[in-house]
Amino acid sequence: MSESSIITNLIGILTTASTLFMVAAGLTLVFGALRLINIAHGSFYMYGAYLATTLAARLGGAGFWVSLVICPLVVAAMGVLVEVLVLRRLYRREHLTQLLATFALLLIFADIALRLWGKSVRSIKAPSALNGHFQFGGAAVPVYDLFVIGVAALVAIGLWALMSRSKLGWRVRAVVDDPEVLAASGTNVPLILTGVFALGAMLAGLSGVVIAPEQAVQPGMDAEIIVAAFIVAVIGGLGSIVGAAIGSLIIGVVETLGAVWTPSWASTFIYALMILVLAIRPWGLFGETER
Amino acid sequence: MTLTVHDIHTYYGRSHVLQGISLEVADGETVALLGRNGAGKTTTMRSVVGLTAPHRGTVELDDTDITGMPTHQIARRGMAFVPSGRRAYASLTVRQNLALSTRGKDSPNAWTLDRVLETFPKLQQLGNRRAGHLSGGEQQMLKLGRALLSAPRILLLDEPTEGLSPAIVADLGRWLAILKKERTTVLITEQNALFALKYADRGYIIEKGLVRHEASAESLRQSTEIQRYLGVAASA
Repeated sequence: MSESSIITNLIGILTTASTLFMVAAGLTLVFGALRLINIAHGSFYMYGAYLATTLAARLGGAGFWVSLVICPLVVAAMGVLVEVLVLRRLYRREHLTQLLATFALLLIFADIALRLWGKSVRSIKAPSALNGHFQFGGAAVPVYDLFVIGVAALVAIGLWALMSRSKLGWRVRAVVDDPEVLAASGTNVPLILTGVFALGAMLAGLSGVVIAPEQAVQPGMDAEIIVAAFIVAVIGGLGSIVGAAIGSLIIGVVETLGAVWTPSWASTFIYALMILVLAIRPWGLFGETER
Repeated sequence: MTLTVHDIHTYYGRSHVLQGISLEVADGETVALLGRNGAGKTTTMRSVVGLTAPHRGTVELDDTDITGMPTHQIARRGMAFVPSGRRAYASLTVRQNLALSTRGKDSPNAWTLDRVLETFPKLQQLGNRRAGHLSGGEQQMLKLGRALLSAPRILLLDEPTEGLSPAIVADLGRWLAILKKERTTVLITEQNALFALKYADRGYIIEKGLVRHEASAESLRQSTEIQRYLGVAASA
């Protein structure tokens, strides 16, 4: 492999991993605190992207930057509604009930999206500052890819700081460890759970905006991303943010190199990898066994 | 702070666990709640702190009805609940565990972090250790330290000696003596009745979700009938 193609592949791996990480981190964060696999997480991602196309169409050039701030917040508000109106009633139910409920939400959100935005493929232009390429080691590296990687890196650092450096993050981890004791020490546990769910939704919405200029925004992207993010979270270990990061990188490597070397087998490798992990470490690389 | 529990009925699913428990803990008093395993001691505590809300009856703190109030609001009124068993936040360090203690409003400032660490020097040494890796005795210190940091106006201790070595139980006795000297209001459940009665002013004996006896600690200690009934107590 030449130097330039190594760089091209490396950027490809990191870009793929970055998008996956932002979605999977939210999924795994929510699972950690709420013990709930949220299929509708894919809807939040899709709505982030769709809302960005609408805003960008209205606002033109600055639309992307406005979307980057506004859309994740709108999606976070959707998350609050979903948690308070639906999921909060299901925490004591079994996993299957919760799974079915979130799947129902995914279908409902998909229908609403179809009504609002139609079937056609929508897109958004990257802002001019992020257009173009720059030459590095003989490879033409898209500026936008670096932007995606940068946003994911900021998300990773932000989550790390939140969870290990702030009292709020400690409370989130304490919810995972022992919600009753946390409540008995004066913390409003339902509020923490709503907050975590909203944060997860916001991250999904953010990644939806970020990928909108690079990928087709269309029906079906919700289900597609949730499958990918779920695989990442399972490989990394549900509940572990570090696991989501490593899982994203692994999928990034397999998908990118698979596409180069054996295009028709790339996705097979990913599923095979998931089966392998599930067979050897069912709780994932960085997950913990259910207590 | 005065705790008044009046005729509470609590269910787990269909099982009628508390069938009309009434008790009172006056301000500055230490009260023991005794009974065999499964008598309803822990359920009484859980009903009082709102973790398992009673279906009927009332729980009052001073003159406020707190029945059915969310647990965190009850905690913020100055009630600290120390559950039995390994209930520290396992993935957090000792220091982080302590930091999550929320001080109730209007609570006196008697227990600062410095004082807690002075009372439990082990917690100082273990500051950066994950709580999940602590021994049972160390976890008990951490739970107690965490509760005291919230400067409780009433402290609920659920089976504090359970699973602890005799040396740690002796330590626990010393801490209870300190609390008693400072007139902290305490409700303590124990299977080890003699231990609890050493520090209590009064005691209730519950059986099958009902209060069977209520008497001063002094008379409970001396009653051979009570000791025979509690069985485990006499051997402790």
